[in-house]
Amino acid sequence: MLTYRGIPLWRDVRVLQAIGQLVSVVFVVSLLVFFVANLRSAADERGLSLGFDFLGQEAGFPIGESVIDYDPGDSFLHAFAVGIINTLKAAVLGVLLATVLGIVVGLARLSSNWLVRNLAGVYIQIIRNVPLLVQLFFWYFAVFQALPLVQQAIRLPGPVYLSNRGLFFVSPQATPSFDAWVAYLAAALAVAAALRFALRWREQRTGRPSHAVVGPWLAFAAIAAAGWLAADGSPVVRNVPVLGEFNFAGGGRITPEFGALLVGLVLYTGAFIAEIVRAGVQSVSRGQREAALAVGLSNAQTTRLVIFPQALRVIVPPLISQYLNLTKNSSLAVAIAYPELFTVGRTMINQAGRALPIFLLIMAAYLAMSLTWAAVGNLYNRRVQMVER
Amino acid sequence: MATTPEVLPPSTSVGIVGWLRANLFSTALNAAFTVVTGVLSVLMLVAIFRWVVFSADWSPVTESLKLFLVGQYPTEELWRVGAVVVGAAALMGVSWAVWGGVLRTFARIMAAGSLIVALSPLEPAGFDLAVRAWYLGGAASIVLGFALARAAALDPKWVMRAWVLGFFLGMALIWGFEETSLGESLRGFFGAGAALTVVLGVAGWVGRFPAGVVLRWLAWGWGALFLVTIVMFWGLGQTDIAPRVGTSRWGGLLLTFVLALVGIAASFPIGVLLALGRRSRLPVLKGFSITFIELVRGVPLVTLLFMTVIIVPLFLPRGTSFDLVLRALFAITLFSSAYMAENIRGGLAAVPLGQIEGAKALGLGGFQTMLFIVLPQALRAVIPAIVGQFISLFKDTTLVVIVGLLDVLGIGKALFLGNVRWFGAQAEVYLFIAAVFWVFTFAMAYASRKLEDTLGVGTR
Repeated sequence: MLTYRGIPLWRDVRVLQAIGQLVSVVFVVSLLVFFVANLRSAADERGLSLGFDFLGQEAGFPIGESVIDYDPGDSFLHAFAVGIINTLKAAVLGVLLATVLGIVVGLARLSSNWLVRNLAGVYIQIIRNVPLLVQLFFWYFAVFQALPLVQQAIRLPGPVYLSNRGLFFVSPQATPSFDAWVAYLAAALAVAAALRFALRWREQRTGRPSHAVVGPWLAFAAIAAAGWLAADGSPVVRNVPVLGEFNFAGGGRITPEFGALLVGLVLYTGAFIAEIVRAGVQSVSRGQREAALAVGLSNAQTTRLVIFPQALRVIVPPLISQYLNLTKNSSLAVAIAYPELFTVGRTMINQAGRALPIFLLIMAAYLAMSLTWAAVGNLYNRRVQMVER
Repeated sequence: MATTPEVLPPSTSVGIVGWLRANLFSTALNAAFTVVTGVLSVLMLVAIFRWVVFSADWSPVTESLKLFLVGQYPTEELWRVGAVVVGAAALMGVSWAVWGGVLRTFARIMAAGSLIVALSPLEPAGFDLAVRAWYLGGAASIVLGFALARAAALDPKWVMRAWVLGFFLGMALIWGFEETSLGESLRGFFGAGAALTVVLGVAGWVGRFPAGVVLRWLAWGWGALFLVTIVMFWGLGQTDIAPRVGTSRWGGLLLTFVLALVGIAASFPIGVLLALGRRSRLPVLKGFSITFIELVRGVPLVTLLFMTVIIVPLFLPRGTSFDLVLRALFAITLFSSAYMAENIRGGLAAVPLGQIEGAKALGLGGFQTMLFIVLPQALRAVIPAIVGQFISLFKDTTLVVIVGLLDVLGIGKALFLGNVRWFGAQAEVYLFIAAVFWVFTFAMAYASRKLEDTLGVGTR
C-alpha cells in the first residue's frame, strides 16, 4: 500500500532555501574573517595603524587651490575637507553648466532647422563616444597647458587674461559700504515677494492682467538701485587682475586644472543630458501641442506651460543619474592633478601611510554624495507620483 | 465635360527649393540661424581641414604606431598577436556568411580597411613588408572564411562555440606558456576538474537536469580541461614556441581590448547572478546583492581601481601578489557587473508573470524556467541598455592609466614623458586616441541598433 510521507527532506524547497542561506552566510562571514585576519596580521607585522587618530596631526603638504583657507600646517582632517569642498565646487558648477548646455543642445536637436539640428547631433555623437579621461587629457595637456606664458597672456575684453597659469578675470569686490547695501537687498527681496503675492492674488480674483512677473522685478531693481545710490561710495567695485612679475595678482582665477576638469565634465555630461531632454520632449504626445495651440496658447506658452511640465517627468530621473555620474566622474581629476577629494585622499595616503582608514573616508564621502543625489531623485519621484492620475 | 488641367504645386514648395525653404529658411529667424551657423561651421571645417592636413605634426603618432597597437609586446613574438587577429578575421568572415546583417557590414569594412592599409603608399616607422603581409592575410582570411562557410553551410551553433573557444585560445597564445612541472600541472588539472564537477553536480541537481545531460557536460568539461592544462600549458611549456609574455609588457590597443573583452565576458554572468540575487526571496542573498550593487554604484571606478591595486593586497596573506592587469580587471569587472545587474533587473521585471506560470504549468523546474523562459526574454528586452553598459566599460578601460597601465591612452601620455621633441604635438596625439575610441564605440552603438531591429525589440 502506498502511503504519502510528504516531500522528502532533500526536495523540500523550504529546507533547500534554508541551507542555501546558511551556506551563503557562512561563505561571506568566513571571507570577511579571512580578510580581517590577514589585515590584522599585516598591520602587526608592518606596524600599520588602523585608527583614525592621525586625522588631527599636521598634514604637511600643500594643496594647489582651495576655497577655504588652508596651509600645510593644518590637520589632515582640514586637508580632507578642502578636498571635499573642491569636489563639491566642481560638481555644483558642473551640474549647473551641463544642465544649461544639455537643454540648449537638446532643444537644438529638435529644431526645425536642418543645420542646427544636425550640428547638435554631430556634437552629441562625437562627445558621447570618446572616453571622458581622453577628453580631460585633451583639454588639460593640449589646450590649457598649451596656452601662452603669463607674459604673453591672451587679453580678451573684460579684461580676461588667458595663459598657461589659467584664466584671470575681473571679479566683484565688496567695499565697507557693502553691508549696508545687503540690508537694502534683503528689503528689496521682501517687498518683491509681497508684491508678487498680492498681484497674483488680484489677478486670480479679478482676472485682469496685473503684471505679476514684471512688477516684482521692477520693484526689486528700484529698491536695490536706491540702496546703491544711498550707500557711501559704491558697495561693490571691480577687482581687476594686474600682471606682476611672475603671475597676475587680483581678480578672480580659474586654474588650468579646474578649467580643464570643468570644461571636460560639462561638455561630456551636457551631451548625455541633451539626449535625455530630447527624449523627454519627444515623449509628450503630439496631440498635447496641437490642443494647446488650438485653445489659443502661443508657441512659447505651449512649450513652457504644456510640453515642459509633462516632459519633466520623463527627464528628471535620468537627469539626476547624470548629476550623480558627473559628481563621481569628478574623481578623474586625479589624472590632471586638480586637488579634489580623491586627489587629496591619495596624497594623504602617501603622506600619512594609513591606506585603509583614508580609503574608507574617501568611499564614505562618495557614498554620501551618491545617497544625497538618490534622495533628491526619490523626493522628486514621490512628488510627481502624487500628481499622476 | 471639361477636365480641369492638373495643377502642380508651386515650385517653391517642392524639390530642392522646397526642401531648403522648409528646413533652412522657414522664417526670418530660422534663415538668420542658418546663415550664421552655416558660415561658422564652414569656417571651422576649413580651419580643421587645414590644421589636420597642413599644420598638424602627426609624427608622434606615425612613429609610435607599434606602441599604440601592442605596447611593449616583444617584436619577435608579435606573430602571436598577428595570428590571433587573423584567426578572429577568419571567424568574422565565417560569421558574415552564417548570420549576415551587421556582421556583413563590419566584415566588409574590416576586409576593405586591412586591404587599404596593406597596400597604402604611406610608410610610417616600422611598417615593413612583413607587417603589410599580416594585414593582407587578415583581409584574405575574412574572404576565405566567408567563402568556406558559405560552401559548407555551417550550423550557427558551431560558429558560436568556435568564437568562445577562439577567445580562450587567443588569450592563451598572447599570454604564452611557462615551463611548469608535471606535478603542478596535474594538481591544477584535478583541482579545476573537482571544482567543475561539484559546480555542475549542484547545478544539475538543483535545476533537476537529467543525469545524462549532466554527465555529457562533465565529459566535455574534463576533456577541455585536459586539453588546456596538460596539452597546452604543460606540453607547450616544455617548448619555446610561445614563451610567456608578462602582462606588464602588454599595452596599447591590445591591452584595451583584453581589458574590455575580459571585462565584458566576466561582468555579464556576474551581473545576471546579482540581478537574480536581488530578486530572490532569500533575505541573505537579496541583502548581499543589494549591498554589493548599491555600494559599487555609489563610488567612482577610480576608487575601486585604487582598492584592488592598493587596499586588497593588505587583506591577502603576505606574499600573494597577482599582476596589475588582473587587479585592474577585477575592479572593472566588479564595477561593471553592478551596473549590468541593474540593467538586467529591469529586463526581468518586464517579463510577464504569465510566462513563469506557463512554464510551471508545463512542468519546468525553477532553474529551467529561469534559464529557458525568463532570461532569454529579459535579456532581449534590455539589449540597448546592456550594449550601452559594454560601451561604458570600453570607455572606462582608459581609467587604468591612473594606476599606471599603458593602454592606448597610457601610451599616448607616456610619449611625452621625458620627450621634449613632441611636446607641441599633444593635441594631435589625444585627438588620434579620441578617434580610435570613437570608431569602436560608434561601431558598437551601430551594432546594437541593428541587433535591436533584427530581434524585433518593441515590435513583437
